Amino acid sequence: MRKGTLKQILLITDGCSNKGEDPSATASLAYQQGITVNVIGILEDEQSEQPEGLKEVEDIALSGGGVSQLVYKQALSQTVQTVTKQAMTQTLQGFVNKELQQILGQDQSLEDLEPEKRGEIMEVVEDMGETCDLEVLVLVDTSASMHDKLPTVKEALIDLSISLNARIGRNRFAIFSFPGKRKDIQKVFDWSPALDSISTIFPKLTSGGITPTGPAIREAMYQFGKKSLLRSFRDEDEPGMEEA
Amino acid sequence: MKMNQEWKKLNSDIHSGMHIQGKWHKQTYVIKRKLGAGAIGSVYLCEANGKLAALKISDKRSSMTVEVNVLRSLGKVQGNRLGPSLLDVDDWTAPIGTKYSFYVMEYLQGESMASYIHRHGKEWAGVFMVQLLEDLEQLHQQGWVFGDLKLDNLLIVSSPPRVRWVDVGGTTQTGRAIKEYTEFYDRGYWEMGSRRAEPSYDLFAFTMAFIHVYYPKRFVKGSQPEKLLFRKLDEARGLRPYRNVLKKALAGKYASSSQMKREMLQVIHDTQKKKQKTRKQIQQEKEAPFLLEAGGISILAGAYYLISLLFQ
Ligand SMILES: Nc1ncnc2c1ncn2[C@@H]1O[C@H](COP(=O)(O)OP(=O)(O)O)[C@@H](O)[C@H]1O
Ligand SMILES: [Mg+2]
Repeated sequence: MRKGTLKQILLITDGCSNKGEDPSATASLAYQQGITVNVIGILEDEQSEQPEGLKEVEDIALSGGGVSQLVYKQALSQTVQTVTKQAMTQTLQGFVNKELQQILGQDQSLEDLEPEKRGEIMEVVEDMGETCDLEVLVLVDTSASMHDKLPTVKEALIDLSISLNARIGRNRFAIFSFPGKRKDIQKVFDWSPALDSISTIFPKLTSGGITPTGPAIREAMYQFGKKSLLRSFRDEDEPGMEEA
Repeated sequence: MKMNQEWKKLNSDIHSGMHIQGKWHKQTYVIKRKLGAGAIGSVYLCEANGKLAALKISDKRSSMTVEVNVLRSLGKVQGNRLGPSLLDVDDWTAPIGTKYSFYVMEYLQGESMASYIHRHGKEWAGVFMVQLLEDLEQLHQQGWVFGDLKLDNLLIVSSPPRVRWVDVGGTTQTGRAIKEYTEFYDRGYWEMGSRRAEPSYDLFAFTMAFIHVYYPKRFVKGSQPEKLLFRKLDEARGLRPYRNVLKKALAGKYASSSQMKREMLQVIHDTQKKKQKTRKQIQQEKEAPFLLEAGGISILAGAYYLISLLFQ
């Protein structure tokens, strides 16, 4: 099996966008270019029902080919990991499903196979998930309401890096915040193999007023580097997988 | 939350008395009652052909497939005690259309380890420790690490009392990233090691399970995690005889469970010897006239008191 790189944007926000283009549209653009968009919506402690604005969370992930989850601050660490891993499996499964269709014909997917065969294929998916390289760009909403949640976000990201770095495959992480000072997004932490050194850098996150989620996703897309973008364009039938 | 909605769905889709027939193998199972639920799915007691079994069902189909793969692989081990044995794997579509995967396994009728130890005496902690280390040793030899080792996933079955584990959702091949874990039991959370699957990962979680027996409400890590864990170990009276071995496990000093088991057996042996010595002392005191008058019951009580002092 070919080794590849999975690319993910992990958007962490607590509300809805209010500036620029529709975030679902930019998410689907990213997905077409081989980058899945996952979204975690943080709920306020006293929120008991799903708030209106966070419907956007689900929509962005749907168009971005990713996974979404609403969560209270306390459970953020586990959620960040579950979402990232689920998205990896989902992308790899999509990839395997495509290959299956080529062998078995259209409309055949993993679910249509009997349990025994499914088990064998799932083993392949697992192997790929363990060994593939992974690039995660974390996009953190730093509008005013997020202020008291940022320390928890930081902890959750360090924890994510501990989990992913236990894999055999290599990882690269970067953190961007939005809105940026003059631009749509701002670099907080440049691409590197672990997130354990972010403690000194995180206070840079400043609280602003507007939430330009759409433009932020568009900008984040370009941070994955020109080379890989071009490649993904060429391999259109392999969303999320890039030849190493 | 999305997850809550999924739970509600599952709970309204399945109720006792219901018949669940597999799509592929056509076996029918009658649901009796719910045994438990966790992050992946729900487990029900069921009956098929007059026999009881446990049925785990979930709409997280890929996670279920991964678990089945592990159970299949463990089932090939001779004299399999490593997890419940697997009986059937199938799919089921609820009347309202939700698609589920389920598997049927051996029903382990038992009680939680914490309640067993509290009801039958703390010397059982040592017994279960050795049993668990034995099973872990076997598991590790097969190239697996249990991963999500915790009280919820341990059951004590009776006659003779034996600890068994359920839920292989976290069981990972050695050298890979642990698939599933629970914060309180995870050495990564306590900043005391990686999340790579190796025997020492299980031995850490093992120790946390016994700490959890004596701190049912758990506790958070604070600013000095390692110090805190060692202090909690020192303060748990029931763990006093084993604490040096347990501390070494927390610090990742054991590369294998057999090594830890050897030292654990030594500790238990030494405590047993001390206990016998105390019994002898009591025997001698028994000959004193005033104790003779006191009668058998209070002598027994006195002996028990002395033994329990030793274990503090
Ligand atoms: N084979 C079994 N026999 C008896 N009880 C079981 C069995 N398997 C699971 N259970 C009970 O169901 C609970 C949940 O099952 P588990 O497999 O741990 O689910 P999850 O993966 O969702 O945590 C367990 O904690 C245990 O109490
Ligand atoms: Mg469980």
